[in-house]
Amino acid sequence: MSAPAKASADPAAPGERQGTRRRRHKGIAGNALWFWIFVGPFVVGLLIFSYLPIIWSLVLSFFEAYNTATPSKFVGLRNYVDMLTDHNFLSSLGTFTIFAVFIVPLTFVLALALALLVNQVKIARAFFRSVFFLPTACSYVVASLIWKLSIFNGVRFGLANTVLGWFGIENIAWLSTVDPPWYWIPLVTVRLWLQLGFYMILFIAGLQRISPTLYEAAYVDGAKPGWQVFRYITLPQLRATSVAVLILNLIAAYQAFDEFYNLVGNVNYARPPLVYLYSISLGSIQDLGHGSAGALILAVIIMIVTLLQNRIFGFGKAGD
Amino acid sequence: MAVSERTTGTPQPIGFSRSTLGRVGLVLRWIALLIAVVLFLVPFYLILRNALSTEQDITAPDWTLFPSHLQWSNITELFNDTTVPMARALFNSAVVAILGTAGQLLLASMAGYGLARIPYRHADKIFYAIVATLMIPAAVTFIPSFIVVSSLGWVSSLRGLIIPTLFSGFAAFLFRQYFLGFPRELEEAARVDGAGYFGVFWRIVVPNSLPFFAALAAITFIGNWNSFLWPLVIGQDSSSWTIQVAMSTFITAQTINIHELFMAVAVSILPLVLIFAFLQRYLIQGVTQSGIKD
Repeated sequence: MSAPAKASADPAAPGERQGTRRRRHKGIAGNALWFWIFVGPFVVGLLIFSYLPIIWSLVLSFFEAYNTATPSKFVGLRNYVDMLTDHNFLSSLGTFTIFAVFIVPLTFVLALALALLVNQVKIARAFFRSVFFLPTACSYVVASLIWKLSIFNGVRFGLANTVLGWFGIENIAWLSTVDPPWYWIPLVTVRLWLQLGFYMILFIAGLQRISPTLYEAAYVDGAKPGWQVFRYITLPQLRATSVAVLILNLIAAYQAFDEFYNLVGNVNYARPPLVYLYSISLGSIQDLGHGSAGALILAVIIMIVTLLQNRIFGFGKAGD
Repeated sequence: MAVSERTTGTPQPIGFSRSTLGRVGLVLRWIALLIAVVLFLVPFYLILRNALSTEQDITAPDWTLFPSHLQWSNITELFNDTTVPMARALFNSAVVAILGTAGQLLLASMAGYGLARIPYRHADKIFYAIVATLMIPAAVTFIPSFIVVSSLGWVSSLRGLIIPTLFSGFAAFLFRQYFLGFPRELEEAARVDGAGYFGVFWRIVVPNSLPFFAALAAITFIGNWNSFLWPLVIGQDSSSWTIQVAMSTFITAQTINIHELFMAVAVSILPLVLIFAFLQRYLIQGVTQSGIKD
């Protein structure tokens, strides 16, 4: 998407720099001043709203901090030990794991399938792309509302139960049935509906970067159209896109909050880490010490998983 | 840049096969496509159906495809309902989305330009300090950010909703990459005419980069409008609720009717549907630019 050719062919740079210096009469100092005029406001904001919170939170995580952000009682690593042995926190990590096992592969396969379908139609392609992309306009709150009140509301007038009723199946209380865990169906489908279009767009962009000559070569070499071409041409060529989709998707799943909060609320059977951290640090008791420790543990987990994924898939090595 | 897609469409593997098998495959693909279209559109249909229904129509035991009559008065009912601060919430969302987007683009574009074009000894270090923030998962920072914002006394205020979201390291990174590829000759010409960095940036670089700004603006606006966790954390009293927080509050409350809530949904997605209708090209560019970091 960028035009990197210009940046590399850059013999004019030193001359330009001297020219600037001459006109500005201040030389390097003038450049430094202008640099800070352009970059300074952003850097100050980043210090206050990115770096300061992290540092403050790190400090708080070593203190007992109920309802205060300026605590006095140092407790060492106790908050971390508490969180790592907290049954609720650990089960929230378990909830996330189940969620990721469903959502990451499903999103990957279905988004790729949609991209292939849309890319192959010869008429009304823009229409199909728009339809699948349109849910991106909706928030998780909006989608949760439709899912909870109109599709999976568990009573007779819900769409899901109406459809099942045509086949003689009894009403199902989708969001509150723990055994079998029907609540995963609304939780997973709502995210699929919202995010498939986004990842489909990424895959379509990837597909359109594949050179047509590769397909012609495969045809000449006698590759069977369909699976063989897909397996040996399309999929390897989509490697960079695929890795990006997997990583973005997994990180987003770790941070799931909106649909869980709005569909099932703070219930112990389906509570991902962020909902739990929200409830302990900003609920009736503002336990910012444990909340900070939990947030930092989660951040470290996400960073490790991201790095591992990069290592495994060799992100950056395989440009397409 | 995206060449018109009709010409770049890859030769389809199905195009090679003329066999019956190929034709069956084609039909199956069309069926799959049409089923997907229906599934994706059903929720939108439900929004409209419920928003224009009476409560009796919605909760009737027998499903009806269309309401018995279109109840347009649901709009006025929604905005006249004193228990639901819907107008205020829409106003808050508009302010947050517009100022948030404008502020974020202004700050990130200037920072990106400075990093890309103004020679400065420590520019590399500053750049790495900005990129480092991309490593921190965004949603995990809501507790730390809440601590800072509450210390500033900004809880339940528009300031608290907007200002902490303005400094996006990712946006600054994207702008820097983009400006590195901006044609230098254009800037040179202006500089010869005596313009400084400020003049070059505002009179040459920005006007020639509007598609890029539009792409990022469209994505940022949608993100701000739909954002939920941060407004939920900050909006502790109803005067500072955004539309998302207001709708979420009434999902479980008994104080609102389903048809009213769905009318609220319809109103809340209207601005975004308009953006999708008129700016989809920029939006898709924005998604592909920001989705894959390279």
